[in-house]
Amino acid sequence: MKILVLVKRVPDTAASIRITGEGASIAQDVEWVMSPYDEMAVEEAVRIKERAGAEVVAVSLAPEGAVSHIRLALEMGADRAVHLVDSQPDRDAWSTAKALAEVVKEEAPDLVLAGRTAVDMDQSFVAPAVAALLGLPFLSSAVKLDLEDGKAVVRRETEGGHEVLEAPLPCVVTAQKGINEPRYPSLKSKIKAKKKKVDTRPAPEFEALVKLETLAYPPQRQAGRILGEGVEAVPELVRVLSEEVKII
Amino acid sequence: MKALIYVEQRDGKVRTATLEAAGAAAALGCDELHAVFVGDGLAADALAGAGVSKLFLVPPSDSYSPEYHAAAVAELARDGGYDIVFFAATQRGKEIAPLAAVGRRAAFLGDVLELAADGGGVKAKRSLYGGKLFGWFSAPAPLVVTTRPKMFAPASGEGEPAVEERPAPAAPEKRAVLIESHASAGGKVDLTEADIIVSGGRGMKDPANFAILEELAELLGGVVGASRAAVDAGWRPHSDQVGQTGKVVSPQVYFAVGISGAIQHLAGMSSSKVIVAVNKDPEAPIFKVADYGVVGDAMKVVPALSAEIRKKKGG
Ligand SMILES: Cc1cc2nc3c(=O)[nH]c(=O)nc-3n(C[C@H](O)[C@H](O)[C@H](O)COP(=O)(O)OP(=O)(O)OC[C@H]3O[C@@H](n4cnc5c(N)ncnc54)[C@H](O)[C@@H]3O)c2cc1C
Ligand SMILES: Nc1ncnc2c1ncn2[C@@H]1O[C@H](COP(=O)(O)O)[C@@H](O)[C@H]1O
Repeated sequence: MKILVLVKRVPDTAASIRITGEGASIAQDVEWVMSPYDEMAVEEAVRIKERAGAEVVAVSLAPEGAVSHIRLALEMGADRAVHLVDSQPDRDAWSTAKALAEVVKEEAPDLVLAGRTAVDMDQSFVAPAVAALLGLPFLSSAVKLDLEDGKAVVRRETEGGHEVLEAPLPCVVTAQKGINEPRYPSLKSKIKAKKKKVDTRPAPEFEALVKLETLAYPPQRQAGRILGEGVEAVPELVRVLSEEVKII
Repeated sequence: MKALIYVEQRDGKVRTATLEAAGAAAALGCDELHAVFVGDGLAADALAGAGVSKLFLVPPSDSYSPEYHAAAVAELARDGGYDIVFFAATQRGKEIAPLAAVGRRAAFLGDVLELAADGGGVKAKRSLYGGKLFGWFSAPAPLVVTTRPKMFAPASGEGEPAVEERPAPAAPEKRAVLIESHASAGGKVDLTEADIIVSGGRGMKDPANFAILEELAELLGGVVGASRAAVDAGWRPHSDQVGQTGKVVSPQVYFAVGISGAIQHLAGMSSSKVIVAVNKDPEAPIFKVADYGVVGDAMKVVPALSAEIRKKKGG
């Protein structure tokens, strides 16, 4: 069994993001991390490996030198990694998906795991696009994944309920919060990861269809009114909800 | 521009989010507006008054499959030469739209907040980095767009669409299929489509205390959400989580009860029209973004609020 995990580097969710230059790029001096859902995808792959045996390969398209998230995947238990070094200035989700699909095709895994969304662009496009480009079935937002009889069975939450979908392997599955709690690598696994191989090569370039034109800060919300303390404030809150907000 | 709207139905009615997607298409100036529904049992007058002139019906597959739906849409989009295909950015829309975009070899813009025509293509505003920035993107036709619920006015127009039946699409044999579906009775309104949300956090102390939030939500016709702390504690399902790794919501009114207001939580709710915070800590960061705040114990304030609302409604 071979599992490929797609991992993306994003700014830490607690970082403040600043616009620089002519308005379409952000300051790079933020703390970069692996996108949270991708951590769940790596964790799931490693658990399958620990349970049933598998080779786990982490794949990332990221700028030169951007390797800390790839190292984290290895420390968490991935066996090796492929770093597609990106130098295409207008790289978009389409060209990312095409580049990643080439690696998936070449590696021919039994299963591709990815995050439900990457928390920077928040577009949920790359994983389903990789699936569709290669004609692989796509199972999104798994909170539980079982592999049995050459099939992937995924449970996911719907509003007020849940559903179960299945697809034959090989397929692409995205991880949703709830699937697992990603581990913190132990010192031992960190040392072990140092010997693991990262295959570093230039990312293929493809035409970009979508162009980021400008970035802007959202309007700042202003602190409003404290209506009072405890139950004493309730009549005023009800008045506000009925007369100003008009929901009662 | 010629636009195709993917129709989603719920409880025998077209979803509001679908009508909003049609509204987005009309507002963009698409002069030909068609719709496609994959499945059985679409109400005959479902799209009456939605400004849609033609409705294509595609027979369902044995069981729901994202690849089947995507193939149906991509085939029709290609055959009909549509410039833009619109989906609502619902759970289903979000999973089918990217597959349809690849099938159609179309540019993709997901979860858009605003749209403007731009030559033969569009410009779209999207939320980035957990709402810390907005980005304007441009893309040429053909396009697939998903619209964030509650961001566009629902479509309105005259008459009913003409109906045309389509054959089943040539969908891949290897595909994902639904094998089980469990919905709770009543089918809760999706958080992303709710007008009123009452969310609770770690300050609720115990899962049983969410009953007071359920009561308030019911009185106001809203639904209950949660912070990640409440979800991680196992008090609420993951599907209730609001925030950067949960849902992004934009209700009319958002109540944050016993929620401190961490940046990742704000990422999910700061585009709410009105924010009301109840927190016993006057220094809680949530008060920096709340329009109205009450400093106090949620266990006392919320029941008193419900009682007062009930009184007002009764009299
Ligand atoms: C990668 C990442 C992603 C994340 N994604 C999300 C996300 O999607 N959504 C999210 O919510 N968080 C997210 N978080 C977590 C976030 O950082 C906070 O930890 C979380 O939002 C805190 O939840 P809380 O406000 O309920 O709890 P706390 O921060 O513990 O706040 C509890 C609040 O309740 C108040 N309180 C206590 N008792 C009472 C009482 N009796 N009455 C009234 N008030 C009371 C306290 O004063 C306090 O302000 C994420 C974190 C990371 C690192
Ligand atoms: N540059 C990338 N390198 C590797 N994986 C990626 C990259 N971009 C996106 N992905 C994968 O696709 C998922 C969805 O990303 P997105 O479509 O950007 O929301 C991510 O969680 C990753 O698993």
